[in-house]
Amino acid sequence: MNIQSKLSADPVGPTATRRDLVVGAIVTSSALLVGCSPMDLLGLGAKKQDFGSFGPFIKIGTDGVVTVISKHIEFGQGTHAGLAAIVAEELDADWSTVKVEQSSANIKVYANLLMGAQGTGGSTAIANSWMQLRKAGAGARAMFVNAAAAKWGVSGKEISVKNGVLSHASGKSASFADLLADAGKMTPPAEPTLKDPKTFTLIGTQSVRRKDSKVKSDGTAVYTQDIHMPDMLTAMVAHAPLFGAKVKSFDDSEALKVKGVVQVFKISSGVAVVAENTWAAKKGRDALKVTWDDSKAEKRSTPEIIEDYKKISAAREGSKPFDVHGDVAKGFDGELTKFGFDFPYLSHAPMEPMNCVAQVDGQKVKLTYGCQGPTMDQMAVAMALGVLPGAVEIETLFAGGSFGRRASPSAEYVVECALIAKKVGGFRPVKLVWDREDDMTGGRYRPMVRHDLAIKVGADGYPAAWRHTVVTQSVMKGVPMPQGKFDATAVEGALGSPYLKATPVVDAHVAIADSPVPVLWWRSVGATHTALVMEHVIDQLAAKAKIDPADYRRTLYKKAGADRHLAVLELAVAKSGWGSALPSGTARGIAVHESFGSVVAQVAEVSMKDGEPRVGRVVCAVDCGIAISPDQIAAQMEGGVAYGLSAALYGAITLKDGAVEQRNFDGYRVLRHNEAPTVETYIVPSGANPTGVGEPGTPVIGPAVANALLVLTGKPTQSLPLVKA
Amino acid sequence: MSIALEINGKTLQVEAEADTPLLWVLRDELKMTGSKFGCGIAQCGACTVHADGQPIRACSTPIEALAGVKITTIEGLGGEHALQAAWVKHDVPQCGYCQSGQIMAAAALLAKKPRPTDADIDEAMTGNVCRCGAYQRIRAAIKDAAATLSA
Repeated sequence: MNIQSKLSADPVGPTATRRDLVVGAIVTSSALLVGCSPMDLLGLGAKKQDFGSFGPFIKIGTDGVVTVISKHIEFGQGTHAGLAAIVAEELDADWSTVKVEQSSANIKVYANLLMGAQGTGGSTAIANSWMQLRKAGAGARAMFVNAAAAKWGVSGKEISVKNGVLSHASGKSASFADLLADAGKMTPPAEPTLKDPKTFTLIGTQSVRRKDSKVKSDGTAVYTQDIHMPDMLTAMVAHAPLFGAKVKSFDDSEALKVKGVVQVFKISSGVAVVAENTWAAKKGRDALKVTWDDSKAEKRSTPEIIEDYKKISAAREGSKPFDVHGDVAKGFDGELTKFGFDFPYLSHAPMEPMNCVAQVDGQKVKLTYGCQGPTMDQMAVAMALGVLPGAVEIETLFAGGSFGRRASPSAEYVVECALIAKKVGGFRPVKLVWDREDDMTGGRYRPMVRHDLAIKVGADGYPAAWRHTVVTQSVMKGVPMPQGKFDATAVEGALGSPYLKATPVVDAHVAIADSPVPVLWWRSVGATHTALVMEHVIDQLAAKAKIDPADYRRTLYKKAGADRHLAVLELAVAKSGWGSALPSGTARGIAVHESFGSVVAQVAEVSMKDGEPRVGRVVCAVDCGIAISPDQIAAQMEGGVAYGLSAALYGAITLKDGAVEQRNFDGYRVLRHNEAPTVETYIVPSGANPTGVGEPGTPVIGPAVANALLVLTGKPTQSLPLVKA
Repeated sequence: MSIALEINGKTLQVEAEADTPLLWVLRDELKMTGSKFGCGIAQCGACTVHADGQPIRACSTPIEALAGVKITTIEGLGGEHALQAAWVKHDVPQCGYCQSGQIMAAAALLAKKPRPTDADIDEAMTGNVCRCGAYQRIRAAIKDAAATLSA
């Protein structure tokens, strides 16, 4: 999000100008504002929130039922259950009755401790909450123990807690409900004693299951799309057919004739049609005639962009080094093996297209939707409406998937809804509905990427010198987050790779290309392409050296000191029966990749069916630190494999003269039931603090399949998707 | 137009334009929001309901085509269906948005084939997309529910 251009582009009310500048200053130079923390500034305008006796993460009812407040959204990854289990473990609550509630938007209390702002992403929900929630749970437990000790006249050390019941050897016993009032008066210890993870009774067991499966199986779970409020209007927006185009003029005469259409007006992103219901809004939008100014729009087609990227790569135009070590001047003398890869734009295509419900009345703003990044969205809406960010109240609902899509720094669909609600005014609720076509043609794609490599192979068959150039758009462009010397998210996975560490001479650069096509993080971000490049190159080098690809990796991991890579590799090798015979026409491929602090190895069994690769069994080994919910870790590996496989086999958004060619699931093919593999998940035992599982399973399957195809067909993969349209 | 729709065993009088897809009548007029909007062109199955026992895509079925047709939605399945119990047992849902449609497609399958093979499941379920990739759990839950119902 370019805050300054937004400031000038989006007209705001006269009362708002100064505040906008304040907010703009916060966002663009928060580090320079001495004496105020960004959290204070980004929370400006927030109502003071009072929490109960047990703090902002725990509520306990008079019936003793424990409710854990989740600062993170639940949109599939089992986060709610995982966070609740952390609290329940330390509190010794009765897990079977523990409930989860979604927190409000409040950066001061509910910031993601790895982001410095409230938001869910980067597979950090569990990792950043781990100590925070353990302390919250242990603190509340201590309050109950102290209350019981005082009441019974015994030492707290003699009291045990199990399933929400405190007991003493004397036979005295009381539930959380019995002791609630007394416990609430206790002062929580500043540094509560935490359990030794070896004594956990809930964490790591099969008891840690989802809390939302029932409501998600009977149709009662509430998503943004399901919100109905009294007097609510529904809006759809006619968006530009080309990225970077703007409304020149529009004719709404036919649209206004549609029964149920209430209002039609221009907003910064297009022309809004506001109606009494969704169908009327859609018919009204269909009847609009809009003329677009496309003078600054992207008009290239995909093949031209690929050629442009190749040129940038060859010339290393404006590139920046991300890993350069060894004697680069002499290291590349002699024969080099070259590799090139092209990756397309990808749509996230979550099942629930983007949407939002907004109510605006002057400085009063309420948003109700599946909000992934409360702080980012508050900032963006504050800028657009001219209100203080903390004054933007957000009620977060379940979201029907995201995979990164709802963490859009420009919050374009949220802002769109807020602008429409402002125009409607009077705090009247407006639900913005994007249909699948809006969603799929609306950009915020995983960027296109080009990789070029030139590798000198040593006499031992292992890389002696590795030259690598990555060309892509930057998802960090204009994002109000610290910008490093280069966009690390564009190369993560190559950056930090044990293969580069094990190679004596490395010359790796990244060059950022530009386009009006908006790009965004997409489940596993840089790893979506770097994992395929690194892992597929390794198999080709191993084949050239006539070394088994698992052995080849072992050698390099040992050289690089990559113990966790080695451990997942060995586990996957053992569980998959690596090296054993397979039916004719089936081959195995292996890949190992670290992302977001977790390391995953996958072995895929691949055959060809009707001319297309078909993946049968996938053996997945994961090291994600202490496993909180083995079942949900498995679910994320299964889901990550399906999501990554869908992209590797079929995923591509292509442009023709700038226009997106895929508008819905008929053009953008996704993995379906009959194409889904069976994933077996094995977890490496670990005592380390937990890392994430939402993303790390995703990028590994593509290269595992490409490596199996290399065995099966002898042909290396040079571009995705594997199945050409 | 005014039309009488028979939904989950009740006759409901609805006022809507004749071309309105059943999905928007269910969701916007009747506030039965279990059936989801995913694609609008019968490509993803999130809106799957039964019409006289057959799975149909509510997003692409205008109400004018539904006079005298018995419609069953996820709300009409009752919440205690063997499939729903199996869905919970296997923790099938992730984001959960497609699951009403998945369950309705599976319910129509089991009504026709009480002990479906993998090929039957492929055929009946392939129109239902799950972007979270809960496919293998859906398959396991269908088989589990089939076993319960046949026991």
